[in-house]
Amino acid sequence: MSASAIIFYCISAFILGAGILSVTTRKIFRSAIWLLFSLIGIAGLYFWMDVNFIAAVQIIVYVGGIVVLIIFSIFLTQKAGEEMPKPITKRLLFSILAVLLGFVFTYRLIDQYGFKESSDAGSFNVNVADIGTQMLSTTEHGFVLPFEAVSMLLLAAMIGCIVIAIKSKPEAKEQISNNKQGM
Amino acid sequence: MSPVPVTHILFVSTALFFIGMYGLFTRRNMITMLMSVELILNSVNINFVAFNKYLYPGKLDGIFFSLFIITIAAAEAAVAIAIIINLYRSHHSIDVEDAGELKY
Repeated sequence: MSASAIIFYCISAFILGAGILSVTTRKIFRSAIWLLFSLIGIAGLYFWMDVNFIAAVQIIVYVGGIVVLIIFSIFLTQKAGEEMPKPITKRLLFSILAVLLGFVFTYRLIDQYGFKESSDAGSFNVNVADIGTQMLSTTEHGFVLPFEAVSMLLLAAMIGCIVIAIKSKPEAKEQISNNKQGM
Repeated sequence: MSPVPVTHILFVSTALFFIGMYGLFTRRNMITMLMSVELILNSVNINFVAFNKYLYPGKLDGIFFSLFIITIAAAEAAVAIAIIINLYRSHHSIDVEDAGELKY
């Protein structure tokens, strides 16, 4: 077994261990921190696969953005030290059963399929300039249309977030509470 | 040939996907459910990059798909957290069992 393979198995064990702890721990803040470790492990896996650009994007967007957002919302909505209630035993049992069944079924399919690995996988290196050129090219294999669509989506999401989370004015609030009392 | 067969990488992503599913099934707190969804999206990204690298090394399509998925996941997380905070304002709880007005 080469050193590269050993590094891969270490990274995967780290990702899966942190992921399992993140969905099973009962303190919500610890859960967020384990998620952070799992995402960092995934960034390490991208570095291992020689896709440095995706790894950098993963660290910037997930570790620097989404996890910080989640931690903020935990502080806004929860008492961070409290333990969450245990899931109902029946639901726990059936979800473990369903997940194991699905995992075994899917992995069996993957194992039997027999992927033909390309022989020059070692020569795969992603140039950021190539990504940029293809992203904005209007030829047949360009990605400029999805790029524009995603930029509109981001704008819409940003405005939508502000509209949803904005505090309503005091008089509007009173009206709502009056309506509630009337009902 | 690569030092690790591609099925082992797919094993990691499949396991991560079902860990996320387990979290989605058992957790009733909206923030933890959102974290499980993030795990699921990440496992899909690993798949795209691994297929791109090991099966079609001459192309970049998997890279683009994972970039778009990361973007959409960021937008989705922002909208979800806005909804969660709004729900907390009106219900003082973010447990999904407490928000059942639209259920029946």
